[in-house]
Formats: sequence, structure tokens, C-alpha cells
Amino acid sequence: MAIPRILAALGCGFVFGLGLAISGMMNPAKVIGFLDVAGNWDPTLAFVMGGALLVTVPAYRLILGRGNPALASGFSLPTRTGLDTPLILGSALFGVGWGLVGFCPGPAVAAVVTGLPAVLGFVAAMLAGMALHAWISGERPVRKGSSDAASDPR
Amino acid sequence: MIGLGVALMLLLNGSLAGISGIVGGLVTPKAGDTGWRAAFLVGLPLGALAYILVAGGHAPVDVLASPPAILVGGLLVGFGTRMGSGCTSGHGLCGLARLSSRSVVATAVFFGVAMVTVFLARHVF
Repeated sequence: MAIPRILAALGCGFVFGLGLAISGMMNPAKVIGFLDVAGNWDPTLAFVMGGALLVTVPAYRLILGRGNPALASGFSLPTRTGLDTPLILGSALFGVGWGLVGFCPGPAVAAVVTGLPAVLGFVAAMLAGMALHAWISGERPVRKGSSDAASDPR
Repeated sequence: MIGLGVALMLLLNGSLAGISGIVGGLVTPKAGDTGWRAAFLVGLPLGALAYILVAGGHAPVDVLASPPAILVGGLLVGFGTRMGSGCTSGHGLCGLARLSSRSVVATAVFFGVAMVTVFLARHVF
């Protein structure tokens, strides 16, 4: 079961990365041009997001209506509902970082292939930020055999 | 293409394709839950590489920010997406596709704040 899932994830990542590169989403200068509504606004990335949603909204409806995914025993979806401070504060902090540089996580990881020091530095800082959050919130790695891993449905 | 990758991930593996969540699951790894994450994250740059090769070695990645801004921005993106449970793909694509109210709010907040940040950085300072 593990190998098909890993190959499927590799393929999905590939298609996702190809889409990011084709659309220009991987270029921070273009992303900032899209966010710069008061300047020379470049709205083309709105069509990228809109186009992706035109696929995902109906596809998600159909797929979640099937009952089960093809290669896993169940869907793993967020269970939290309702708004809270971490959601809003975290999204705001993310917005500042995104506006400063023009990279969000997906395009930054895809752009690692360019080998540019600016990209590698950004990704390293992003990983440090994630590790800092995990450390503050007390998340710990779960090793094989521990009760948490055993109760994980995946 | 992006939408297709997101939809296939749910159809085949039952997972959302939120990049910050996929990366975050490797920062604090859980046994038996790392292979698919690593594979997806290897696929991302390979897809970009395929485009660069087909397009004749050209895919513009112009980082305009200064080195200190890049590091601060990276820290904020990493910390903020984990705290806010998602990024452009997780909330903006997967969450909106599920019509999640948390994701609608998160997407509005990070788009709004990013636009204000760009405005301040470009037109005020």
C-alpha cells in the first residue's frame, strides 16, 4: 500500500510544480505585481487561482462523495471548525512574509530547483519558522511503536 | 494543472495538498507518515524542472527582496502558516474547495495583509 501512495504523491507534486512554473506563481516578482493593487497591478495570477478553484471545487465535491480515496483507507481532513486567534494571527503573519518576499510555501519549494541563494535562504528560514512554531506549541516527533503512531489511521 | 494536482491527491491518497501542512509534517515527523510527504515535496521541484527543460532553460524566479527581508519573510511564512494551519494551497485551494469557513477567513486575511504589506513596502517606505 505504501509504494503506490508514495508514487501518487510524487506524481501529484510533479503536476502541481509544473503548474506553478507555467503559471508564473513561482516568480516572486510576478506575485508581488499581483499583490500590488495600488501600483501597476498585474491581475493574471487571479486567473491561476480561479482556474485551479474551477477544478478543485467540483472535483472535491465528487471525490468526497465517493466515500473513500483510491489508495488509502480514508480521507484525512481537518476536523477543526470555528474561528480562533491562531488561525487569524497566523494567517496575518503569513501575509506579511508573503508580501515582503512574494514566496508562499509551494512556489518556494518548487523554486529550490533553480538553486538561487535567495530561494534556498528563504526555504531555510521558512523551515526554521515552522520548527520554532512546533517547539513553542510543544509538538514532538512520534516514533514507531508509540501510542500516537499506533492510533494514526494513516 | 495546479487544480489537477490538488484533486488527484484527494482522489488517490485522501489527503489535502496544502504545502505548509505537508512540510510541517516533516518538521515534526510521525512514523509511517513521512514517505508520501517527502515524495510530494520532491515532485514539486521536479515539475518545475520539467518546465524549465521544456521551455528552454528559462523560468523566471526574480527575488526582489533584500537578504534580511528574505530571512524575516521566510520565518514569518513558516511560523504563520503553521500557526494559521495553512497557506495559499491549503486554505486558498483545498479549504475554499471544501467551502470551509476557517479557510475563507484565513484566505481573506493573508491576501489582505499581503496586499497591505506590498503597499507599505512599495509606496510608503
